[in-house]
Amino acid sequence: MTDKKPRRNWRLFGLIFPSLFWLVIFFLIPLFLVMAMSFGKRGTYGGVIWSLNLENFSRFLNPADPLYLRIFFRTILIAGITTFVAFLLGYPLAFWIASFPSNRRNTLILLLMIPFWTNFLIRTYAWILILRDQGMVNTLWTGMINNLFIALQAAIPYLPLEGVINATSRPLPLFGTDLAIIIGLVYAWLPDMVLPCYASVERLDRSLVEAAQDLYANRVRSFLRVVFPLTLPGVIAGSILVFIPSLGAYVTPDLLGGAKSIMIGNVIYSQFMSARDYPFGAAISFILMTIMLFGTLIYFRLFVGKGQSERHG
Amino acid sequence: MKEFAVELTNVVKKFGNVTAVNNVSLKIPDGEFFSLLGPSGCGKTTTLRLIGGFELPTDGEVFIQGEPQGYKPPFRRPVNTVFQNYALFPHMNVFQNVAFGLQMQKIPKHEIEKRVNETLEMVHLPKMGSRKPNQLSGGQQQRVALARALINHPKVLLLDEPLGALDLKLRKAMQLELKDLQQRVGITFIYVTHDQEEALTMSDRIAVMKFGKVLQVGPPEEIYEKPANVFVADFIGETNFINARIISINSNDVGLLVEEQFDVSSTRVPDLSTNQDVSLAVRPEKLSISKDKLEGISIPGSIKEVIYIGTDIRYEVKISEKTTLAIREQNRGDIAAQRFVKGERVYINWEKSNATILIM
Amino acid sequence: MDKQHKTKRPPLRLRFGRRILNIHGILCYVFMYIPILILVIFSFNDSRFVSGAWKGFTFDWYIQLFQDEAIGNALKNSLIISLSSTFISTIFGTMVALAMERNTFRGKLAFDSLLYLPIIIPDIAMAVMLLLFFVLINMPLGRNTIIISHIAFNISFVAVVVRARMAQLDPALEEAAQDLYANHSETFRRVTLPLLMPGILGGALLAFTLSLDDFVITFFTSGPGSTTLPMRIYSMVKLGVTPEINALSSMMLMVSFVLVFISFLIQRGGGGTIELV
Repeated sequence: MTDKKPRRNWRLFGLIFPSLFWLVIFFLIPLFLVMAMSFGKRGTYGGVIWSLNLENFSRFLNPADPLYLRIFFRTILIAGITTFVAFLLGYPLAFWIASFPSNRRNTLILLLMIPFWTNFLIRTYAWILILRDQGMVNTLWTGMINNLFIALQAAIPYLPLEGVINATSRPLPLFGTDLAIIIGLVYAWLPDMVLPCYASVERLDRSLVEAAQDLYANRVRSFLRVVFPLTLPGVIAGSILVFIPSLGAYVTPDLLGGAKSIMIGNVIYSQFMSARDYPFGAAISFILMTIMLFGTLIYFRLFVGKGQSERHG
Repeated sequence: MKEFAVELTNVVKKFGNVTAVNNVSLKIPDGEFFSLLGPSGCGKTTTLRLIGGFELPTDGEVFIQGEPQGYKPPFRRPVNTVFQNYALFPHMNVFQNVAFGLQMQKIPKHEIEKRVNETLEMVHLPKMGSRKPNQLSGGQQQRVALARALINHPKVLLLDEPLGALDLKLRKAMQLELKDLQQRVGITFIYVTHDQEEALTMSDRIAVMKFGKVLQVGPPEEIYEKPANVFVADFIGETNFINARIISINSNDVGLLVEEQFDVSSTRVPDLSTNQDVSLAVRPEKLSISKDKLEGISIPGSIKEVIYIGTDIRYEVKISEKTTLAIREQNRGDIAAQRFVKGERVYINWEKSNATILIM
Repeated sequence: MDKQHKTKRPPLRLRFGRRILNIHGILCYVFMYIPILILVIFSFNDSRFVSGAWKGFTFDWYIQLFQDEAIGNALKNSLIISLSSTFISTIFGTMVALAMERNTFRGKLAFDSLLYLPIIIPDIAMAVMLLLFFVLINMPLGRNTIIISHIAFNISFVAVVVRARMAQLDPALEEAAQDLYANHSETFRRVTLPLLMPGILGGALLAFTLSLDDFVITFFTSGPGSTTLPMRIYSMVKLGVTPEINALSSMMLMVSFVLVFISFLIQRGGGGTIELV
C-alpha cells in the first residue's frame, strides 16, 4: 500500500525546481538589485557607491527642473495614445475576423501573425523608409502630388492653389516626430490588441445578443449594454499588452523619433550606455516598473471586476 | 467465507468542508449488476471513483475481492472503468485504444491482437480497428470504451453514466445489450445513473443515494414496492403521500386515521407509536376508482382532473382540502367510454398490502 | 431587414455598418502589409539610394548580403543563442506547466505571479536588471550571458503556451490510462506527452522567435564578439538606410513566414483552432 501524498510533493518540487532556480537567480535577484541600486550614487569613474539616499528619485521627480518629469509624462501620453489608436483599429478588426466562417478566420489570423512574427527592428525600419524626408510618402508628396497640383494650376489658372503647391514642394516633417513614434508603436503592437479582443469576441454567446434584441434593445443599445461589457476582458488584456511595451519603448523612439521626442526608455538607455550613471538609470527603471505594476493592478481592479461575467474554472 | 466482489465499510470522502460520501457501507457479491442511483450531487460518482482509486477515502476502507485497497492508485486495482464521456485516447485508433490495457500488462503482441479482435466482435464492432475515435458515432465510441475495459477481464467493471450522451432509442437498446453482456460475461457491474428507469431495468440490486448517504439497498421490486422512506418513494416513480395518524397498533396491522376523517388499516411496520403522524404511500397504479363504496379500503373523493396519456388515463382525485391523489388506470377501453368525468363523486380503493407506512 | 446571409452571421450590424466594417478590415490588413511589401519590392530595386523611384530589377543586394561577413557572424551567433535558449527553456517551461496546471500546493500563487512577471515586464527594465546583475557578479558579458537572459524570459512564455494546451486536455484521459494499468510514467509517455506535444512545440517555436527577435535585452547583456542579427541590423540602420538592409529584411520576412506556417501545421496536428499567443 502506498500513500500517494508525500511522493507527489517531491515530484512536484522536482518539476518546478529548475524554473524556480532560474527565475530567482536571474530575475528576482536582479530585480532587487535594481531596487537597491536606485538608492545608490554614481562613483567618480562610473562605479557605484552604495548608500541609502533618495537623490536619484528627487532628481527625477524634481518639480523645479522637470526635465525628466516632462519626458516621463510625454511617454505616458504617447503610450496612451498608441493604446487608444490600437483599440480603435483592433477592436472592430476583431469583430470583422470573427464574422467569418471558421476556416477563413484562421487564415486571417495567420495573415495577422506573419508581420507579428517578423523582426521588430525590421518592421520599425520599414517605417523609416516610408516616413523620412526621402521616403515613400514624401516622394509621393513632393513628386506626384506636387506635379498634380502644378498641372491643375496650369490647366485652371484662377484656382488659388499657390499655397498647396508650396506645401507639396517640401517634404512633410513626419520623421523624427511623436507622430512617427506613435505610428511605429501602433504598427508593432496592433496584433497584441487584436488577438485578445478576438478571443473575447469569439467566445461571445450570440444568443445573448439575440436575447437583448428580443427585449427591445436596438443594435446600438445591445452593443453598448451587452456586447461591449462582455468583450471587455479582451479589451483590457489587449490594452495592457500594448500599453506596457509602449511605455518602455526604446527602439521605436530611437529609430523613428528625433532629439526632441525621446521617451523614458531612451533616457534609461543613455544612463547605462553613455552617462554611466548606473544608480540613476536603476532608479528610473525602478520608477517605471512601479508605475507599470500599479497601473496594471488599478486597471484590473477597475475594469475586471465590472466587466467580467465569465469566470475561469 | 465467500468474499464479496466489492465491499465498502464506513467510507467517508470529504472535499474541504464538503462531505461527498458520508459513511457509506455496501456489500456487492460476485456477478451482480449493482446500481448506484440518485440525483446529481448525491455522491454516487464519488463512490464509484473511490472504488476505482481515482479518489482516496478520508475514512473507511474499500475492499475488492476481500483485499483492502488502502491508497492504491487505479493501476494497481483489478477493476476497469467505462467513463462518462468515454475518455477514448484521441491520438490512438480503436485497436490501440482497446489494446492499451493489455500492453500495459506486458501481454505478448500476438495474443493482444487475437484478444482485441475477439473483443471488438463481442461488442459488435468488427473491423473498426483502424478508425480513430472522432470518426465514430456516440454509440460506437461507447462500445469501444466498453471493449477497452472488458478486454482486461477485470473482476469488477465500473460504469459512470455511460449511456448519458446517447439518444433515447439508442439508450434503451444499449441498456438491454449491457444487461445481456453482463450476464454472459458474468462479472460484477457497478453502474452509476440518475435515471431510475434505467436502474430498475438493468439492476439486480439498487442503492439509492442522497447527500452522500445510502438510503436504501435492495432489488428493484423491493425499492419500488417497499420504499424505505419518503425520499426513495418520491424519487422512484410516482407516489401519493397521504397524511395519517396512528390510532391503534395490532400484531399484524395498524389502524390509522387518514386525513383526519377516514379509518384505514394498513400493514404494520416497525417503530410505530400511537398518535404518531405518518405518511401513507401508495403508487398511482395501485389505486382504483369506483362509483360506489367497495369492501375493504374505500375513501370518498371528487374528481379534479382527467388526463388522457394514451397508455393510461390519469385521474386526480381530491380527498381532502390539502390532499389530491393521482390514480392511473390502464386504457383498456374505447376512448369515448371514459369511465369518470371531472367533478364526479367517486371512491378510491386499494389493497392493504399495496400501501406503505413511512415515517416522516 | 438584413440581407440573406449564406453563413450564420451575428445580427450585430446594419448593411451599412457591415460595409464599413469590411472596408476597415481590409484597410487594417493593407496597413499591416504595405511596409513589409515596400521592403521586399525595394530590395530588388537597382538603385544605390533607397527612395521612391524604381530603377530596375536586380539581385545585387542579395548577393552583397550573402557575402557580408559581419552578417554571417551575427547570424551564427543568433542561431546558437536562440537554439540553446529554446532548448532549455522549453524543457524547464514544460516541466513547470505540468506541475502548475493540475495541482495546488503551498506558495503556488506566489510562484505563479513570479512566472508571469517576465511576460509583463518591459524589455528595457529587464535588460537593465540583468546587466547590473552580471556586472555585479563579475561575469563577463558575451554569448553565455545572452543565453542566460533569454532563458529567463522564455521559460514563462513556454509555460503559458503549454499550460493553455494542458487546460484543454481532458483529465479523464489520464485517469483512463491509469485505469488501464499504466503507472505515472507510462501515463505520461503514452497519453499526456503525445497530446501535449502541439503545445510544447508551439511554446518552443514561440521561444525561438522571441529569442531570435530580441534586441534590447540582448544588447545590454552582450559583449565583444557576441553580436546577434538584430544588433547588426540596428547598427546598420543607425548608420544609414541602404538597400542591403532591405534585402536582409526580406530574407527575415521569409523566415517569419516559414515559422508562422510551421506553427500553423503544429496547431493543425493538435486538432485545435489557432492558439492565441
